[in-house]
Amino acid sequence: MSEARGSAAPVVEARELGKCFGTLRVLRAVSLRVAAGRTLCVLGPSGSGKSTLLRCLNFLERPDEGAVFLRGERVGFVGLGAGRERPMTDRELARMRTRFGMVFQQFNLWPHLTVLGNLVESPIHVQHRPREQAVAEAEALLDKIGLRDKRDAYPSRLSGGQKQRVAIARALAMKPEVLLFDEPTSSLDPELVGEVLAVMRDLAREGQTMIVVTHEIGFAREAADEILFIDEGAVVETAPPARFFASPSTARARQFLQRYT
Amino acid sequence: MIANFGVVLGEWRSLMTGLVNTIWICALSGLLSLLFAVLVAQLLVSRRRAVRRVTQSGVDVLRAIPFLMLLFLIYYCLPTLGLRLSSWTCGLSALVVYNTAYFAEILRGAWAHLPREQEEAGRAHGYAGLRLYRRIILPQIFIAAGPVLGNQMITLVKNSAFLLVITIPDLTFMANQVQAIHFIPFETMLVAVALYWTICSTIEWGVRRLDRVAVVRGHE
Repeated sequence: MSEARGSAAPVVEARELGKCFGTLRVLRAVSLRVAAGRTLCVLGPSGSGKSTLLRCLNFLERPDEGAVFLRGERVGFVGLGAGRERPMTDRELARMRTRFGMVFQQFNLWPHLTVLGNLVESPIHVQHRPREQAVAEAEALLDKIGLRDKRDAYPSRLSGGQKQRVAIARALAMKPEVLLFDEPTSSLDPELVGEVLAVMRDLAREGQTMIVVTHEIGFAREAADEILFIDEGAVVETAPPARFFASPSTARARQFLQRYT
Repeated sequence: MIANFGVVLGEWRSLMTGLVNTIWICALSGLLSLLFAVLVAQLLVSRRRAVRRVTQSGVDVLRAIPFLMLLFLIYYCLPTLGLRLSSWTCGLSALVVYNTAYFAEILRGAWAHLPREQEEAGRAHGYAGLRLYRRIILPQIFIAAGPVLGNQMITLVKNSAFLLVITIPDLTFMANQVQAIHFIPFETMLVAVALYWTICSTIEWGVRRLDRVAVVRGHE
């Protein structure tokens, strides 16, 4: 899971992503690169296109323009040689998505499965790993997030913070190459935010490659290797957190930070 | 009167035959209907508009006609088209066709209420197509639709009484025979009613157990 920090080849690269919903342009030529073991935090005002950007990376939304690469492989398209390509089928795309772990704002755990069931579901039924191995790894993940005792509980019996920690473990169980977080603490009660951020901080420290859309400025400041600030669907500023928070180079970033700190 | 009940009890073999026939034809047609409905529900939400339209029209027509009419259509009209089926096959087909439409519509409704994010979480974890349906969607819509499916199953049992008109020896048919032989309609029908009530209550009980599962494993 852990990679040498800061190695040069990007795990995820997006080039000039564009996306429209009807006549509304939500993404304009957004590019990003995340190297192995790095954490990229995407900041920006509500409605700036942060979530759409994240969903375009694993093609839950199909971008209208641009390209996404996962370790150099084109996401969403299969090369046919001679520069020709065709869109991936649903199956191929699904297969590719297991290499991105995704954590949603609303957790979206599967309520009909126990905590353990949620964790082993995709490893067993999509990745076809042996059950005993999947269960052992899932239990190790539960230890890690401190929820071993909830192994056989159903999601409806968990608090929001516990649900989100399980959702993170569920994504990790697929052994993804990168984890995508879509505002993972935005629908939590304030007192439950800390436990989720603690898990995420640990992951960042262990060298899990992550892209985090968040409003948690504190988390971004201390856990991110790089900040991507976007507004109205376009990248406004990219900078290491120390520089971004101390002296943002654009007026819009300064305004944004004033409102959030 | 008590003596009459004694007469009815003396005919327990006939009534049991009827009861067993009713139970197995209902169980079999319920199971088959559910199986077909799982497939038809997929067509009802198909990405192809034409498929969706045609399937929905079929389902709507079936839900709009009385079961007895469908039974007559299959039993009396198919032979004129050159298709001659035994009364058992006719009865079973009618029950299956009719209830598939209801079950499919129930599943479609439950699916429409399933939060979109559930499907999305499935896609994000590598699911697509049939596997997404089978592993992520279907279990959830079954849990959500359990009580309504149970009610429809009870309706199926009650509709099965119509099978007597095509000479299937179900509970109603056998009860009718017993009362015709001994001229004791009241006592015979009372026993038959009690037996139907027992079947339906058992289903009802099952539904209530399922409800308890739904509290834990369903969406709030």
